[in-house]
Amino acid sequence: MDALSSGCTVKMGEGQNPLEAMADSTFSASDVLSDLPNDLLGEPPSAVFGDPLSNISKQESTSNPAKQSSKLPSDVPCDIFDPLHGTGMEPKDDGKNASLIDIVINPVTSAKDNLPVDDLLSQPEIDIPAKTKTEQPAELRSEERPKDEPLSVASSKPKKDLFEDSPEDLFSELPKTKAKTKPQMDLFGDSSPDLFMDAKAAADTGPGRNAPADLFSEESVATTTSKSAKSNISANSIVTANSKANGVHSDEEEQDIFAEATVELSLDSPHNNRKTLDTTKPSEPASSLSAAAGSSKAQAKTLEELEEEESEDKFELNISITNPEKVGDGMNAYMAYKVSTQTTLPMFRSKTFTVRRRFSDFLGLYEKLSEKHSQNGYIVPPPPEKSLLGMTKVKVGKDDPSSGEFVERRRASLERYLQRVVCHPSLLQDPDVREFLEREELPRAVNTQALSGAGFLKMINKATDAVSKMTIKMNESDVWFEEKLQEVESEDQQLRKLHAVVDSLVSHRKELSVNTAVFAKSVAMLGSSEDNTALSRALSQLAELEDKIEQLHQEQAGNDFFVFTELLADYIRLLGAVRGSFDQRMKSWQRWQDAQTTLQKKREAEAKLLWANKPDKLQQAKDEIAEWEGKVTQYEREFERVSATVRKEVIRFEKEKARDFKKQIIKYLESLLQSQQQLIKYWEAFLPEAKAIA
Amino acid sequence: MPTISQEYKTALRSVSVDLNNDVSLLIDIPDALCERDKVKFTVHTKTTLSVFQKPEFSVPRQHEDFIWLHDTLVETEEYAGLIIPPAPPKPDFESPREKMHKLGEGEATMTKEEYTKMKQELEAEYLAVFKKTVQVHEVFLQRLSSHPVLSKDRNFQIFLEYDQDLSVRRKNAKEMFGGFFKNMVKSADEVLISGVKEVDDFFEQEKTFLLDYSTKIKDSTTKAERMTRAHKNVADDYIHVAAILNSISAEENTALKKHLDKFSDMFEKLRKVEGRVASDQELKLTELLRYYTRDIQAAKDLLYRRARALADYENSNKALDKARLKSKDVAQAEDNQRQCMQKFEKLSESGKKELTSFKGRRVVAFRKNLVEMAELEIKHAKNSVSLLQGCIETLKNC
Repeated sequence: MDALSSGCTVKMGEGQNPLEAMADSTFSASDVLSDLPNDLLGEPPSAVFGDPLSNISKQESTSNPAKQSSKLPSDVPCDIFDPLHGTGMEPKDDGKNASLIDIVINPVTSAKDNLPVDDLLSQPEIDIPAKTKTEQPAELRSEERPKDEPLSVASSKPKKDLFEDSPEDLFSELPKTKAKTKPQMDLFGDSSPDLFMDAKAAADTGPGRNAPADLFSEESVATTTSKSAKSNISANSIVTANSKANGVHSDEEEQDIFAEATVELSLDSPHNNRKTLDTTKPSEPASSLSAAAGSSKAQAKTLEELEEEESEDKFELNISITNPEKVGDGMNAYMAYKVSTQTTLPMFRSKTFTVRRRFSDFLGLYEKLSEKHSQNGYIVPPPPEKSLLGMTKVKVGKDDPSSGEFVERRRASLERYLQRVVCHPSLLQDPDVREFLEREELPRAVNTQALSGAGFLKMINKATDAVSKMTIKMNESDVWFEEKLQEVESEDQQLRKLHAVVDSLVSHRKELSVNTAVFAKSVAMLGSSEDNTALSRALSQLAELEDKIEQLHQEQAGNDFFVFTELLADYIRLLGAVRGSFDQRMKSWQRWQDAQTTLQKKREAEAKLLWANKPDKLQQAKDEIAEWEGKVTQYEREFERVSATVRKEVIRFEKEKARDFKKQIIKYLESLLQSQQQLIKYWEAFLPEAKAIA
Repeated sequence: MPTISQEYKTALRSVSVDLNNDVSLLIDIPDALCERDKVKFTVHTKTTLSVFQKPEFSVPRQHEDFIWLHDTLVETEEYAGLIIPPAPPKPDFESPREKMHKLGEGEATMTKEEYTKMKQELEAEYLAVFKKTVQVHEVFLQRLSSHPVLSKDRNFQIFLEYDQDLSVRRKNAKEMFGGFFKNMVKSADEVLISGVKEVDDFFEQEKTFLLDYSTKIKDSTTKAERMTRAHKNVADDYIHVAAILNSISAEENTALKKHLDKFSDMFEKLRKVEGRVASDQELKLTELLRYYTRDIQAAKDLLYRRARALADYENSNKALDKARLKSKDVAQAEDNQRQCMQKFEKLSESGKKELTSFKGRRVVAFRKNLVEMAELEIKHAKNSVSLLQGCIETLKNC
C-alpha cells in the first residue's frame, strides 16, 4: 500500500509522506461529514446549487490548495470543505471512497475514486456540457475492462443513462435539485438500494462535473466492502471486490485500469490536479468518516432512518426459489433449485432472470460475502446448515415424505437466506451477489465443508467465546456496545429456549394429528359395528370429521414449523452473525491496543537510545515511532469505523427483526385462525348428525 | 383437600348414563375427601321409601365399599339375569401426581410464572380426576337406585343406610389371586360353552354384536385417551411458549415489544381454550367410551351367565335322558332338569329385557354426549376465532 501510494505521489511530483496525506484526508472527510448534513438540511438546495458556476470556479481555486495541503495538513480541511459546499455531494463521496480504499488497503483504487474530484475541481464551468459528452466515451472505455472481469457485469448501462440524463436535468431544471438532495442524504446513510437514485442525483447535482457521474457508475458496478460502504457508493467497491476476488495482489491490475482511465480523463481536463488529489487522499478518510458518523449521531441517525425508510419503499427486487430438482443419481446426486429474480433495479441486465443453483453454491456465496464483509463489522446473513442426514435421505430415499419435507424446508430457508442478502443494502451491491443471481454457470464452490451444520455452529460458538473472553479484558468505552452485546446474548439464549419449546409443540401437534387419525379409524370401525343405524351413521360421520381434523392438525404443525420454528432458527443463526460482528469490532480494538503497546515500546526504546546517546540508531527509532504512530491512528480509526458499522448494522438488524417477527407472528396467528374457522365448519356440519341419533 | 362443588356435579351428572331417577330414592355424593390414595365419599340419600328408617341420611363410604357392593350383587344368584352396573374404577391420582413430581424437578428450568401456570394446570387436572372419580361412584349408585330390582337389594340398602364404617376388608392376596383364577376359569368356560348351540336368535345376535363391539370400543377408548392426552400436551406447550415469549418481550425495547407481548398474551389465552377443548373431549368422549367399555363387559357377563345356564340346562337334559335310559334316579334328574330349565328361561327373559334397555340407554348416552361435545367444540373454536381476530387486528394496527 505504501509503495503504491508513494508511487502515485512521485508521479505527482510531490514527495509527500503517505501518512501525512492520510491524516489530511481524514480531516477533510470528517469535516465533510459533519458539515454536510447541516448544509443539506439547513440550506435550501438552491443554496447548494444556486450558483454552479461560481461554485465550480471556487473549486478550481480550491483545488490548488488541496495539492499543497499535503504539506500543510491543517489547511487542507478548510480547502476541501469549501469545495464540498460548492459541489454539494461529491466531496463526500470522495471522502467516503477514499476511506473505502483505505479499508481495503488499496491505494490505487482510492486514487481512482478521487479522480472524479479532480475533475470537479479542475474543470471549468464552461466545459460542463461539452465535457460530459466527451468524457463519457472515455469513461466507458475505461470501464470496459472491469466488465471483462466477471464482477462488473451490469455497470455500463446505468452509466450511460446517467450521462444521457444528466446534462438536461442539470441545466434545464433547477427545481429538481430539491429532489436530488434527498438521494444525497442517502449517500450519507445507508440507502444503497437507491444506488441508482443516488447516481442520478449525483449526476444531476454535479452540473459541470462528469466526474461524479463516473464515480457513481463505477460504484454501481461493484459493491462496497467497508462499513462506510453504504455511504460511499461503489467506485471503491469495484476495486475492493476485484482485489478480494483476485487476491490482494491483483491491485496492480486495477491500478492499470484506473490509470488508463485517468489518462483518458486527463486529456480533457487538468491532469495534475487530479493526480495530486488522488495522492493526497490515500489515507483514511473512511475511518474519520465513521468516527464522524458516530459522533454526530443524533442528526446522522435520524437521517439514516429517514433514508432507510425511503429506500425500503423504493426497493424493487423479488427473489424466489422454486422447483427443487434432483440432479444425478446415488451419492453424487444433489438438489438444484431455480432462483428467479424479478427486479426493476437498473444494475441488473434484465428485469427477470432465472438461474439454477445448488446448495453448495449458496454456501459458497456466503463464504465469499463473509470473507469480504464480516471483518468490517457487517452482519452477513448465514445460510442454512448442511444436513448430511437430510440430504442422504433425499439421495437414497425415493418418495419418502420426510425427504420431501426436508427439501421444502431447505428450499424455503434458502429463499429466506437469499432475500436477507439482497435486503442488505451493501451486500446487494456485491458483485458476487449479482453474479450469483445472474450468471448462467457458476464456478463450483469448494471447501464449503467447513460450513456444514455443526461445524458452522461450532465456529460461531468459538467466536462468541472469544468475544466474551475479550470483553473481560476490554474496558468498554461505549456503554451502548456493552449493553447490546448483553442483550444479544440473552436474546440468543431465550430464542434457543423458545425454539426448543416450539419444536416440542410441533412434535406434540404431529402426535396429536397421528393420534387423531388413529382414533378416526377406530371410530369408523366402532361405527361399523354399531347396530343402531342412526348412531352408526353418526359415528362414521364422527370418523370423517376426525379425519378432517387430523388434516387440520397436520397443516397447523406445518405452520408451527415453517412460520414459527424456522423464523426462530433463522434468528438464532442471525444472532450468531451479530455476535460475530461484535467479535470483529473486538478484534479491531485488540489490534489498535496492540499497536499502542508496540508504539509505547518503541518510545521507550527511543528514550533509552536518547539516554544512551546513540544518535545513529535514533533516526531509525524515530522512523519506527512515526510508523507506529501512523498505525495506531489508522487502527484507531479502523476500530471506530468498525464500531460505527456494527452499530449501524445492529440497528438495521433490529429493525429487520421487528419487521420479520411482526410479519411472521401475524402470519402464524392467521394460520391458527384459519384452522379454527375450519374447525367450526366441521363441527357445525357434524352437529345435526349427532342430533339425528335416535 | 378438594371438595366437589354442587354446581359442577349437577353439570356432570349423568354424563354417561341417562338415569330416570326415581324420586322415591335419590342418591348423590355431595362431598368427598381425598387422603393420599384413599378417597372418602359422603353418600347422601333422600327417600320416601319406608324400608329406610329416616327420609334423609348421609354415610361415609370408601371406594372398597363400592367394590364390595358390586361384588355381592354379582354373586347374588337372583341377579344373574341382570346387567350389574359396572363397578367404578379405582381412583387413580398417579398420573397427575407423577406429573407434579416431574414439574418439581424441572422447576429450575422454568420461569416462576411458567412454573406457577404449570402447577395450576396440574392442580386443575388433579381436581378434574378427582371430580371424575366422584362422579363415576355416584353414577354407580344412581344406576342401582334407578333399577327396579337392584334398588330393592338388601345389601344396597345397608350400604346406603348403615351409618358406621362398613369396614369392608380389603381383599387379601389369596382372594386377589382367587379372583384372577376365577376369571381364568370363566374365560376357559366361555370357550367351552361357546360350543353350545344357541337356541335363541336374539341372544345369538347379541353375543356376536357385544363381542365385536367390546373389542372395538376398547380400542376406541385407548385411541381417544391418546388423542386427548396429545391435545393436552399441545395446550401445555402453549404455556411454555407464552412464558418464554413473555420473558423475551420483557427484554425487548423496540417496536417488537408490543408484538411479542400480544403474541405471548395470545398464547396464554389460547392455551386456556385448548386446555378446555382437551378436557371437554376427555369428559364427553373418552369418559363415555370408557364407561361403555365397562358396561358392555357387564352385559357380556350377563350373556355368559345365561350361556352357562343354557349349558347346564342341556347337560341336565342329557343327564335326564341317561337316567331314563338306565331308569335310575329319574326323579332327581327330572327335578334338576326342570330347575335348570326354569333358571335358563328366567335368565333369558330378564336378559332380553336388560339388553334391550341397555341398547336404548347406550344410544341415548351417545347422542347426548356427542351433541354436547360438538356444541362445546364449536363454542371453543368460536372463542379462539374471536380471540385471534382481535389479536391480528391489533397487531396489524400497531
